[in-house]
Amino acid sequence: MPATQSRVNDFVLKIGTVNGTGSASANGMLMKALFRMGIPVSGKNLFPSNIQGLPTWYEIRANHGGYMSRAARVDVMVAMNAQTYQKDLAEVSPGGFLVYDSTWPRERALKRDDITILGVPLSKLCNENFSVARLRILMKNIAYVGAVAALLDLDLEVIRTLLEETFGNKPKLIEDNLKAIMLGYDYARANFTCPLPVRAEKMNTSGGHILIDGNTAIGLGCVYAGATVGAWYPITPSTSVMDNFKTFCDMYRTDPETGEKRYCIVQAEDELAAAGMVLGANWVGARAFTPTSGPGISLMSEFIGFAYYAEIPSVFIDIQRVGPSTGMPTRTQQCDLMLAAYASHGDTRHPILLPANPHECFEMAVKVFDLADRLQSPVFLLSDLDIGMNDWRVPELKWDESYRPDRGKVLGPAELDKIEKFKRYTDFDGDGIPFRTLPGEDPRGAYFVRGSGHNSAGGYTEDSIEYQNVMDRLLIKWETAKKLVPHAILTQADRPTHLGVIAFGSSDGAVMEARERLAKQGVHLDYLRLRAFPFGEEVDQFLRDHDTVFVVEQNRDAQMRSLLMLETDHGSNRLISILNYNGMPIPSECVVEGISHHMAAEAAA
Amino acid sequence: MTYIAKPKVNLPGQPRNALGLLQRDYEGSLSTLCAGCGHDSITAALVQALWEMSIAPEKLVKLSGIGCSSKTPAYFVQGAHGFNSVHGRMPSVATGAHAGNRELICIGVSGDGDSLSIGFGQFGHAIRRNLNMLYLIENNGVYGLTKGQFSASADPGSKPKKGEPNQMQSINPVATAIAMGASFVARSFSGDREQLVALIKAGISHPGCALLDVISPCVTFNDHEGSTKSYAYTRQHMHEAASADFVPPATAITAEYKEGEAITVKMHDGSSIVLTKADPEYDPTHRSAAVRYLEKHRDKGQIPTGLLFIDEDWPDMHGIAGTAKKPLKEFTFDELSPGAAALEKLQRDMR
Repeated sequence: MPATQSRVNDFVLKIGTVNGTGSASANGMLMKALFRMGIPVSGKNLFPSNIQGLPTWYEIRANHGGYMSRAARVDVMVAMNAQTYQKDLAEVSPGGFLVYDSTWPRERALKRDDITILGVPLSKLCNENFSVARLRILMKNIAYVGAVAALLDLDLEVIRTLLEETFGNKPKLIEDNLKAIMLGYDYARANFTCPLPVRAEKMNTSGGHILIDGNTAIGLGCVYAGATVGAWYPITPSTSVMDNFKTFCDMYRTDPETGEKRYCIVQAEDELAAAGMVLGANWVGARAFTPTSGPGISLMSEFIGFAYYAEIPSVFIDIQRVGPSTGMPTRTQQCDLMLAAYASHGDTRHPILLPANPHECFEMAVKVFDLADRLQSPVFLLSDLDIGMNDWRVPELKWDESYRPDRGKVLGPAELDKIEKFKRYTDFDGDGIPFRTLPGEDPRGAYFVRGSGHNSAGGYTEDSIEYQNVMDRLLIKWETAKKLVPHAILTQADRPTHLGVIAFGSSDGAVMEARERLAKQGVHLDYLRLRAFPFGEEVDQFLRDHDTVFVVEQNRDAQMRSLLMLETDHGSNRLISILNYNGMPIPSECVVEGISHHMAAEAAA
Repeated sequence: MTYIAKPKVNLPGQPRNALGLLQRDYEGSLSTLCAGCGHDSITAALVQALWEMSIAPEKLVKLSGIGCSSKTPAYFVQGAHGFNSVHGRMPSVATGAHAGNRELICIGVSGDGDSLSIGFGQFGHAIRRNLNMLYLIENNGVYGLTKGQFSASADPGSKPKKGEPNQMQSINPVATAIAMGASFVARSFSGDREQLVALIKAGISHPGCALLDVISPCVTFNDHEGSTKSYAYTRQHMHEAASADFVPPATAITAEYKEGEAITVKMHDGSSIVLTKADPEYDPTHRSAAVRYLEKHRDKGQIPTGLLFIDEDWPDMHGIAGTAKKPLKEFTFDELSPGAAALEKLQRDMR
């Protein structure tokens, strides 16, 4: 028998299945069961760009210490897909376990001596106990939930409650699912020593937490921000942002008596049109947004530059996926940073918000509208597939009833009464932001929006000085933006250090875990988590205060490091890249190894 | 272009509309187009139509793309907001504007390059959504600002000033719009003010996407012998299928029409369009008849004008979506945001 370490509430469970066989609900049930047992848990859905038939995996990490990033190990593998069995077998960490459907024998050649292989005849059990063909296939996936529950000591009562909640008024479904679970559960109990040394044990950490994916949180945030117009073109992995916006609008924005909708969602003909619709709606004074992914931003760049120059509030939500080009649509990366920062031809720069988890997605989905209205500018909310499409355990969302949207500098008829002449692109108070008026309100506020050269009154110009005046004022506005965007968050090391690490977005969890592991090795790192572009004074300060700063990001070309070099005075020799760009969420091992390697090389030099 | 602005003198006794405004109040800044450009005549027709309809300037929005045509929104109704967008993308901006405030009267001014090449997709989808707007195409068959290349509406055989005649098929916005399911399709000529003003009014009253294709000769690059978009050629070949008289709401129809010649289309705002058929065989309320009619006259080398198709009952974008009657931008924050208690309740299912 291979030596197995006892791993209570510290394990990775990975399930390999076939896309489109209903395994998503089975995997979701396992994750939620752990959450309800009070154990910190995270789930990563590693799925193909396919509707049915290709391999798909789900990784669940339970960790009593609260580490939520991906861990580069597999303690228990459930290998349900014969096509990937060999790969799945190879991936199990030494001392780990592999569960497979033993209805059909696996090739003898495929075995390992350093792990424990547990065969459960799932298909056979389901074929013998269910008569309907379709049910047999679906219930096979539910049956492995039962086997895993026995092996990992999951609470059956929790699973029963989950089933009852899911199938509420369909008692037959509850009965069938429960039967399938017990088939797997009883077989495992009868044939193996349950529970395994790798197992779950009730904790009490889930209070005040929810499980939510980032796209749900953004859709909800857009409703709470008072957005009324959503324009979009379907694209993975952003589609569920608009799906959720619609779901919540149906819940909260549909008049119960008349059925009238206080929102308008337009599925555009392409991303170019979606961007145009966002500009049009914001121009007339409605809050409007578009969710998309990298390829969509490429197409929208024309209008993004227009909105920058004509100063139209507009919200662009980018759920990043692997590029370049079509790339890998169902894999994650942080690769649109440069694109978003400088999208469109000519001199353009755009504020970007960088949420690190679904909780921040909700908050920033509100903030992004305030910033767009205040700055009269395109503003990006840059999430990614890992945050957007995976369920994260985060603190409950809170809503401050006193919140009122910041609509920025808008002049209505009452304000126009007090001024002699309205000048659209003139800065009166030094923040670089002019006043705007809304169509439909007052002829004295009428002006002509144009992407062509314009002067401070909004008139067409080809005059060098008039052109340059507007461009220079936009730079003052950029300085104002630095003060308005969310500031970076500093987490200091336990002791003074000249080493720093910078990260943003979904790399946060891996960096937090890596710092603690590195501290045990004697490497102490101050950590600055960036939450926005442009960078505030605190970023400059952090770069000044540290001799070496590791910049952790999920793209090949070190885009954040480049941005830091472009937008601050700090040189390349002190900024060391730690990169993960294979499409999988960054594991803490990547950060630990990258930093350790650098430190060793430095010591040797 | 002229650089001498007309003096703003209000002569006593000038007629005022129902809002007490002079026709001068519906003018814009000075045109920078070539002297004699068809587009300036269309601008003048817009000024007249909007003044006669007594449309409050601030309730109007004027949108355009890029090109000679797209400069013109600056030349009418100074008191209306304008949006000179990017090439071929006017319809999407209009869609957003109308989504956010459905009470605005949207006039989109586009050209053949703007709508039939780079913006062909958006042109089609504005029609598909039946976006409530007047969609004007100022059609001259050439790119003026880049000095005379053929556009997609250039007819086969049409000769340029220099070089070879066009050999490709022309994209006909009228036939395309009818085939795509447009609810209002008309064609006019910049040189026929009377017809143009009536069609502009009918198009604005129409509760959906009103496409108005206006042949508007380019005096600099496409008004020569051999061009099929010149003033002379258009005058010789235009053939009015049905003239449209616009009758405002609560106004009695006073003109006399011969029996069997006139069709009265009642609009949802109470106005009427009285169609007088020049051709007894023509029926602009039947889509297939309209397509047949257009094709027949194309074979004869004729350019049918007038109101060519109308279906005033097809629901517009908001009708299809079920959007609130009140403009979305008018809703207060409290009417839009669900509040803390709703958020608390929602999260019970996320535990």
